Amino acid sequence: MKIGTVIGTVVATLKNEGYNGRKLLLVRPEDPYGKKAEAPVVAVDTVCAGPGDRVLFVDEGNSARLVLDWADGCVRAVIVGFIDSIDIESNPKK
Amino acid sequence: MQLGKVVGTVVSTQKSESIKGLKLLLVQQLSHTDKPLNNYVVAVDVVQAGTGDVVLYAEGSSCRQTAPTDKKPVDGIVMAIVDTWEVGGKEFRVKH
Amino acid sequence: MKIGKVIGTVVATRKVESLTGVKLLLVQPLDEDGKPSGEPVVACDTQQSGPGETVFFIGGREASLPLPEPFNPSDAAIIGIIDMVSRNTR
Repeated sequence: MKIGTVIGTVVATLKNEGYNGRKLLLVRPEDPYGKKAEAPVVAVDTVCAGPGDRVLFVDEGNSARLVLDWADGCVRAVIVGFIDSIDIESNPKK
Repeated sequence: MQLGKVVGTVVSTQKSESIKGLKLLLVQQLSHTDKPLNNYVVAVDVVQAGTGDVVLYAEGSSCRQTAPTDKKPVDGIVMAIVDTWEVGGKEFRVKH
Repeated sequence: MKIGKVIGTVVATRKVESLTGVKLLLVQPLDEDGKPSGEPVVACDTQQSGPGETVFFIGGREASLPLPEPFNPSDAAIIGIIDMVSRNTR
């Protein structure tokens, strides 16, 4: 699983049928210290997250399909939890 | 998928039994503006491409999803031969 | 899934049978500010998108699933056209 921050909501009218009724968020993958790690990811929300929230997401098809209970779904990225805090040694932010 | 140019063939006599009979091509990645990039992949050919052809290649587990590569240890495949492509009104035509 | 902008089209007559009739587009991945991020990829279109449109696309093995014949070697596919990305924080 990966760490990220929700930076926006994605609105798409024309999309793969299986996405109807699913909320899409734009997530910025981050390292444990909150620094941007790679290009943003469009992820399906399963926890009612919103912009500004720090979240846990998967970026892998099999787990994504399992979480969404969507066999043969063309999906990879799914937000699966909120991050309250991360305990890490030698956090340069502390 | 990426655009690439077939720059050679790869010959391997001793290889896994399961990939015997598959033709291996050496493909150099091309940018969308037809510039050769410093990235080479060895890919299985399923469309009878040859040296000099501009092709489309895919990487990863998707490559196992053709009849000749099904359930085989393959992670690069030449899946199409490109005729032309167009970017921002500019057309790139491939001379075969 | 990633966001990207359709910047061109690719024509390939000879291709694997499972991709017959599938439109191929060049997609430039975008970063969060809408700036290009990395090399463009060729993606299979499933949404009748066209050059200039902002889309979201899927990479890897899952990219074969939305196509008419799911047993195909596609490793990138456009699965939605983005109307807008709202970035308000709550």
